Amino acid sequence: MDVALEVNGAAVRHDIRENTLLVDLLRETLGLTGTHVGCDTSQCGACVVHVDGRAIKSCTVLAVALDGSSVTTIEGLAATAGGDALHPMQTAFHEKHGLQCGFCTPGMIMSAVDLVRQNPAPTEREVRAGLEGNLCRCTGYQNIVAAVIEGARVMRERQGV
Amino acid sequence: MKPFAYHRPTDLAQAAALLASTPDAAIIGGGMSLLPVLKLRLAEHAALVDLGRIDGLRNITAGNAELSIGAGARHAEVAASPEVARTIPALAALAGGIGDPHVRNRGTLGGVLANSDPAADYPAAVLALGASIHTNRRSLLADTFFRGLFTTALEPGEIITRVTFPVPLAAGYAKFRSPASRFAIVGVFVARFAEGVRVAATGAGPCVFRVRHMEEALTGSFTGQAIAGMTVAADGLNGDIHAEPSYRAHLVGVMARRAVAAALAA
Repeated sequence: MDVALEVNGAAVRHDIRENTLLVDLLRETLGLTGTHVGCDTSQCGACVVHVDGRAIKSCTVLAVALDGSSVTTIEGLAATAGGDALHPMQTAFHEKHGLQCGFCTPGMIMSAVDLVRQNPAPTEREVRAGLEGNLCRCTGYQNIVAAVIEGARVMRERQGV
Repeated sequence: MKPFAYHRPTDLAQAAALLASTPDAAIIGGGMSLLPVLKLRLAEHAALVDLGRIDGLRNITAGNAELSIGAGARHAEVAASPEVARTIPALAALAGGIGDPHVRNRGTLGGVLANSDPAADYPAAVLALGASIHTNRRSLLADTFFRGLFTTALEPGEIITRVTFPVPLAAGYAKFRSPASRFAIVGVFVARFAEGVRVAATGAGPCVFRVRHMEEALTGSFTGQAIAGMTVAADGLNGDIHAEPSYRAHLVGVMARRAVAAALAA
């Protein structure tokens, strides 16, 4: 079945099997391997991307269902913030050391950016609630939460990029 | 996932025709329950009929006496809706506590009800509020809709289009959730109307159910004190690694009192 999407600002069109998951289209067909498959059961959030601006788990959505949608992955996130090398949330994860092995990080950052767009000044409690769908097995979350609060501060300064 | 044909109808008549003419077709809403089951090959279907492109299935409207939510409304949309917040804030809070943010951005009200998962949140609200489930064929009262474990009154090919909720004087929901799945180990919704109080428990049994003795006590006095010490019989309740039946029975009382407290605080 034909599916047409905008992925990180570029139009893509592919003839895919109906049972292709978005994450498989991104990784296998488009080579965008920054989106990870962790649990593959919609628990861990390593596969989170934005579809029409909202965070979803790309391991649990059919690519054909998104025909006509706009998808942003971790590779395209910085461009949505004006084209610096890193999005302010990526910089915050770097500076606050909000990662250890890094496997969950793309999903954490995509979730965090959607969270901050909905709630520009989240409290620590709101950040933890907003990251409920993202699991990290290394860090204990302290630095991740600190990174999201710092990323939110910079996003506010730069007006919600 | 096994291969399947995929259809994306743009109106209800098309969807109904596809379901009637395609053997072993399943309806897909947000896919938050169906896709995991297909991925694990616990189920397979020859075809999926996606309701996501049907106009008007996501509208939320409210009058003074009734709130109407389209079957395709996402949990995040219900949680953020000013109409829901104005009429039944407890329902907005419930929707905002389903799963995680990503599930709430995809999952739909109609999908939850059609699935009738024993641990889903929405069935407690739909039953306690005495909502009506409208389909492309008829309207069903919540009291007759939920039939058992993953079982409803829906006929093959029948499509939920909308749910209408009578606006209560007060309502509250409390759940003791599984920290891993965020499903309700036990969730209780209480709704107070001029004609009486309704109480529904989810997560506790194979299917959502009303708690009549609590309803009578709360109709007499809408306070936590009125149901102090009350519980339900453990017979027939769910038991698993998280909670045995007697613990769930106890939780129904605790969650009911918290739900009343939430309703009184609102």
